Amino acid sequence: MPGASSVSRAWNSDMAYSFRTSPVALASAAIALILIVAAVFAPLIAPHDPMDVASLSLMDSFKPPVGLPDADWSNLLGTDNQGRDVLSAIMYGMRISLLVGFLSTLFAIVVGVGVGLLAGYAGGLVGATLMRVADVQLTFPSILTALLVDGVITAALPGTMRQALQIYVIIFAIGISLWPNFARTVRGSTLVERNKDYVMAARVIGVPSWRIMLNHVLPNVIGPVMVIATLGLGQAIIAEATLSFLGVGLPSTQPSLGTLIRFGDDFLFSGQWWVTVFPGIALILMVLAINLLGDWLRDALNPRLR
Amino acid sequence: MPLLEVRDLTVEFPTRHGVLRALDRISFSIDAGEILGVVGESGAGKSLTGAAIVGLLERPGHIAGGEIRLDGQRIDNLAAEPLRRIRGRRIGMIFQDPLTTLNPLYTIGRQLTETMQTHMRLSDTEARRKAVGWLDRVGIPAAAQRIDAYPHEFSGGQRQRVVIALALCAEPALIVADEPTTALDVSIQAQIITLLKDLTRDHGTAVMLITHDMGVIAETADRVAVMYAGRIAEIGPVAAVIRHPAHPYSDGLMASIPSLEHRVNRLRQIDGAMPRLDAIPSGCRFHPRCPHVFGRCREQQPELLDAGSTRAACWLHADG
Amino acid sequence: MFGFIGSRLLQAIPVLLVVGFIAFALFNYIGDPVNILLGQDHTEAQRLALIKDLGLDQPFFVQYAHFLWTALHGNFGISYRLAQPVGSLIAERLPATLELAITASVLAFAIGVPMGVYTGIHRNTLLSRLFMVGSLIGVSLPTFLLGILLILTFSVGLGWLPSFGRGPVVHVGGWWTTGLTSWAGIRSLILPAVTLGLFQMTLIMRLVRAEMLEVLRTDYIKFARARGLTSRAINFGHALKNTLVPVITIIGLQFGGVVAFSLVTEAVFQWPGMGLLLVQSVAVADIPVMSAYLMLIALVFVLINLIVDLLYYAVDPRLRIRR
Repeated sequence: MPGASSVSRAWNSDMAYSFRTSPVALASAAIALILIVAAVFAPLIAPHDPMDVASLSLMDSFKPPVGLPDADWSNLLGTDNQGRDVLSAIMYGMRISLLVGFLSTLFAIVVGVGVGLLAGYAGGLVGATLMRVADVQLTFPSILTALLVDGVITAALPGTMRQALQIYVIIFAIGISLWPNFARTVRGSTLVERNKDYVMAARVIGVPSWRIMLNHVLPNVIGPVMVIATLGLGQAIIAEATLSFLGVGLPSTQPSLGTLIRFGDDFLFSGQWWVTVFPGIALILMVLAINLLGDWLRDALNPRLR
Repeated sequence: MPLLEVRDLTVEFPTRHGVLRALDRISFSIDAGEILGVVGESGAGKSLTGAAIVGLLERPGHIAGGEIRLDGQRIDNLAAEPLRRIRGRRIGMIFQDPLTTLNPLYTIGRQLTETMQTHMRLSDTEARRKAVGWLDRVGIPAAAQRIDAYPHEFSGGQRQRVVIALALCAEPALIVADEPTTALDVSIQAQIITLLKDLTRDHGTAVMLITHDMGVIAETADRVAVMYAGRIAEIGPVAAVIRHPAHPYSDGLMASIPSLEHRVNRLRQIDGAMPRLDAIPSGCRFHPRCPHVFGRCREQQPELLDAGSTRAACWLHADG
Repeated sequence: MFGFIGSRLLQAIPVLLVVGFIAFALFNYIGDPVNILLGQDHTEAQRLALIKDLGLDQPFFVQYAHFLWTALHGNFGISYRLAQPVGSLIAERLPATLELAITASVLAFAIGVPMGVYTGIHRNTLLSRLFMVGSLIGVSLPTFLLGILLILTFSVGLGWLPSFGRGPVVHVGGWWTTGLTSWAGIRSLILPAVTLGLFQMTLIMRLVRAEMLEVLRTDYIKFARARGLTSRAINFGHALKNTLVPVITIIGLQFGGVVAFSLVTEAVFQWPGMGLLLVQSVAVADIPVMSAYLMLIALVFVLINLIVDLLYYAVDPRLRIRR
């Protein structure tokens, strides 16, 4: 379409078209957006501050969510055993969950893409060894890797520093558990690109290797990386929630959704199910939305399925 | 009555840019035992015609109009099960790439006996005996031992022979061969074509030979159809089309083949390129590239007209 | 063929050594075992005695070799937390974990494969769409949450199934314990097995479906159709066989993951297996247990890899030709 602006070309591109017309993609993007906004702006829009001990009163404890008797509109989703508002706790919790998930995925991407590019481009013994390491790590479930890394580092740190550094340890642990996925894909794509004529031409001209990797190879491998990144984000969030649930994750002063679920687990049998279930639903919604977007992205980027 | 009769066959692909018409009212026929070559550039619609005949068009392509008749009966509107029974048994198909056409996990003997037993009542021993016979006939040495071998144990040329055996083993009346030699070494190509020719002559099988290689057509076919942009440009006996092409496009094709007899300084070529399906010219599809174009060509699309010993879709022969 | 096994084993040994090395490094250098075992106030003499006892005064490689040697004999040291030999702790809990893992895997396979085949063949039916949506939720659902929801529904809400523990167990063959012999034991197994197996099941289903779709697009399937083979022969003869070859090997590899992954399920249901032991150990930095667990898991994975390679060899004729 000659003369069209780049905006309208983007709007009409196959990928944007597929997004516009897919109700699933639109719905999940909408949900993800709502949750992200709620999480990011939690301090501004949350009805209560669950961490403000002074505002809590045991009189408010265990109020059920709206719709059940004894409920109160100021606590839409009820309160927990200390009177903390569940809705606000969820919003703050999502904040932490998203933050940790996002940072650990980023870490995994940087390490994974770097290693993948190196392994693919250098080839030979270096490449083979790096991939072997990735393969071996991949045979272990990521949660196990994250758990062990978390445990080892926590044990190695002197007790006083543990709490303060805990969040970084978690980010590191989860990131370490996810990098092989990126490395393998990037390496595969790099191998394919490396053998293409334009790369060989660049080498003949004398362009330095790192430049070829960065300027030529990298843009071509971004597509699959984005797909894995979305799915990886979902995995990272679940990993953090699981670690927190098991008690080896974030300290209870910065509760994530997983921590909240762990708190509430104790009250299942005494009937206050909402303390656990609502954070659980929030978690599911968030991960589901992210996974759906990742699925859609993968289908949109795969030319053969169209 | 011709064995295969195609009349006004139209194939369309609905896309989000609109409906693309890949084949526009194609008509031709094949008699029993004859070899019809179908030539044209990539994208002209040759393979689609073959696929449409056996009912293997890939979604979202579909037959939007016209008829296909086998021995007088329509086969384009059949349900799945009757269509399946025709495939293999009455119409066989040969694909282009022998390296991917055979299932790597089954022995070739198994693939042969399975095909035969699907269409004919045979005991296991009989089927096996026949399978060995077929392998022998297509020129696989030591057939009785090789029958239990897997496809990857054969060379490309040998695998294509196996494919031919598979296409013929249910003894169909017509074979659709879609670029059977394109993926093979030049030295093997001649062998495979000769094999195909001999076998089909022995069994009286008709062949629709789809290729872009005019040399193969010249050697093998009785008649040839030249396709362009989803239409048939010219159709007639091979010798006539090659020596006295009546359509400017066929003329250009024949002339662009370098000859061993006299040297030329420049190879003749046809200027321009075949139009995309979403940008088909008005009137005759070839008119933007035609050296003999005149007024009517731009306005009206010609049907196949008598042009001496062939038929050509060209207004030059309007009063012939 | 023995060359094949031999080369695989040879490749496995460096992996085991490396993992052993990491486990040993953990064991010896993280934390101070002397302090932990003796408590904060101990005399210098006690300290020296323990060091001698534990062999901590020996050079590095001697300690490493000693570590590997004793590990080979099943002696992994003593748990900091429980003051019991790690070896016996693990042996006690292994049957529980294995029983859970195997039940979950069988469940996942038995349901996942047919579902995958069905959705691969019939892509657009309502049932297919339902399965796909269900599988997507399955992948997005963290295991522990699923466990909690199941407990909420079946234990708290309906009261049908127990929510923690293993129920009555019976000793078999001197060392193994099983809960399968009693109805109560089986009831305790159901919820954890479903929880553990669901993730597997959705994974298997999506894998089988994806493979099936890939295979159905190949040239040889097209050729099979062109030869007039029946849908049944094509779908269940050709396509399924070609699909299952890579799928089976992947599933085999996953089994090790199931064993390791069971730790989350065990935590939710208080199932007395190795996973729960690990979680409790990580929480208190009980290094001997962690390092023993690491080595054991590595061994399990190496074994499984070997078995899967053998399976691949047996099933795919292309691998049997050795030039």
